[in-house]
Amino acid sequence: MGETKLMKGNEAIAEAAVLAGCRHYFGYPITPQNEIIEYMAQRMPEVGGVCLQAESEIAASNMVFGAAAAGARAMTSSSGPGISLKQEAISYLAAGELPCVIVNVMRAGPGLGGITPAQGDYFQATRGGGHGDYRTIVLAPASAQEAFDMTMRAFDLADHYRIPVLLLSDGALGQMMEKVNLKPCEPKMTSKPWAATGLHGRKSNNVVKTLILKPEELEDHNNKLQAKYRDIEARETLWEESHTEDAELILVAYGIMSRIAQSAMSAARAQGLNVGMLRPQTLWPFPREAFKDVAKRTKAFLVLELSAGQMVEDVLLSIEHKRPVSFYGRTGGMTPKSQEVLDEILTVMGMKGERLKC
Amino acid sequence: MLKTETKTKMRTFSRPACIKPVVYHYCPGCCHGIIHNLVGQVIDDLGIAEKTVGIASVGCSVLACDYFNIDFVQAAHGRAPAVATGVKRVWPNNVVFTYQGDGDLAAIGCGEIVNAVARGERITTVFVNNAIYGMTGGQMAPTTLAAQKTTTSPDGRDALRAGMPIRVSEMLATLDGAGYIARVAVNNPKNVFKAKAAIQEAFLNQLEGRGYSLVEILSTCPINWGMTPVEAMKWVEQTMMLFYPLGTFKNNGRQSHDT
Repeated sequence: MGETKLMKGNEAIAEAAVLAGCRHYFGYPITPQNEIIEYMAQRMPEVGGVCLQAESEIAASNMVFGAAAAGARAMTSSSGPGISLKQEAISYLAAGELPCVIVNVMRAGPGLGGITPAQGDYFQATRGGGHGDYRTIVLAPASAQEAFDMTMRAFDLADHYRIPVLLLSDGALGQMMEKVNLKPCEPKMTSKPWAATGLHGRKSNNVVKTLILKPEELEDHNNKLQAKYRDIEARETLWEESHTEDAELILVAYGIMSRIAQSAMSAARAQGLNVGMLRPQTLWPFPREAFKDVAKRTKAFLVLELSAGQMVEDVLLSIEHKRPVSFYGRTGGMTPKSQEVLDEILTVMGMKGERLKC
Repeated sequence: MLKTETKTKMRTFSRPACIKPVVYHYCPGCCHGIIHNLVGQVIDDLGIAEKTVGIASVGCSVLACDYFNIDFVQAAHGRAPAVATGVKRVWPNNVVFTYQGDGDLAAIGCGEIVNAVARGERITTVFVNNAIYGMTGGQMAPTTLAAQKTTTSPDGRDALRAGMPIRVSEMLATLDGAGYIARVAVNNPKNVFKAKAAIQEAFLNQLEGRGYSLVEILSTCPINWGMTPVEAMKWVEQTMMLFYPLGTFKNNGRQSHDT
């Protein structure tokens, strides 16, 4: 067992990256993720690493491109507007099959939006985000501990599959302090014979490039990427179920929203309602099979998001519209109280007016 | 001062060892071929091929990574100094250089080059200025001269609407992080030798940890300029050099404006 500390979610991510062997962090200030770059500015010199404050999110993510191409474990972090700027590099990272970790501590959009927690970047995160046919692995923690654990896992996944991994956190998880056990974990360092390290005796030169002008070769490259994505879909899906055996209604939520849903579910069950929950931990690949399986046993789904409804589309696709799916969401950085969610549960279960206490 | 000029020895022409025996895709009369060879000669002469990583940019020289026998990374448009920063911070003992055109460096990549120089990154930039976007078919660049006709300034660059060109070397030489900044040309054999000396000085600047180094090389684009290769070389000398004077603008932190 490692040391247990009271940490902000953002700090947990930064420390996990260091423990995972990341020695190159490139960032740019934006709220609500500033604790990551500030933590790195202090921590990286202690371990002989690099924390560089770039001139923009574009530059920071292209520095990650360079560091990843050179074979290092590299990370950058930002929030909504900054993540939009990083999409250029993320597309190149995906095309060049460069492993790295990108953290999005989501805030409310669109535009400059606000600095309070939201989940409106789901589409951007799970559909690739930049130009071209690609995906990134998307991990969605729901606590500071899980942010820590998933950050460590993110680096191993990135190296194993040669893919950018996105950690999709939010302003609430990033800012709130929770107990974090700094579990020592041996990073799975892989050799990177493709990296641009300088020849140093190697016979043939390594070139990391994303321009492929011959259509037949570019199609081959796309097919290779797609085959990798299918492999990841088959192996790396993560989710958590609670009370799905007897549930008539399944709540679906990720990140901070799942914590609120958890409270509402407990309150509903305490009062005899068969409510369960399915929490995707990987948003891409989406746990489609788990949904299909649960759909066989339950009557309906209620999807809860801090957005106008984005993940709800993946739920509908997964269960092939075989069960009714309701949606409840707040936007603009507003966060519902668990009583609000409980009221929605009652409405969906046809018990409107029987207000139970959360 | 281009002090290594006198050290150039007579020798039989041969392809630099760090350049692959392939045919360049560049147009007739384009100077990229000459400049590639100069960079290759300098890498050979300094014996640094084993520890050099090149960063290709977007534009005609995007395929530079296919021509060198050294490790290369191809960057997004304008981002070569950021990508180079990433590589250099991982391998500080390697030699890292970017090879960028004027559209890439002076327009979309202005933020990256200015800040990389300001940080004093130990990187070298070979900056090829032909006053136009070559690969996309001859559009106006930040370096396009006043009244110069391009496909997006068909009546000539209107300084009142499009402003005057950016003198990149002079601008970057004002930054404390710059160790060596020079502008050269390859329009005649004498200038080719001077250009090689400047490129060598820039790489030495990096090897000795004296901050950022950049060599701006006035180049041609006969196809998009609508000239023959010979006319293009004359245009470099008679028109470009009036606005872009050759010289060393920064050396070892010492400001100078000799030509």
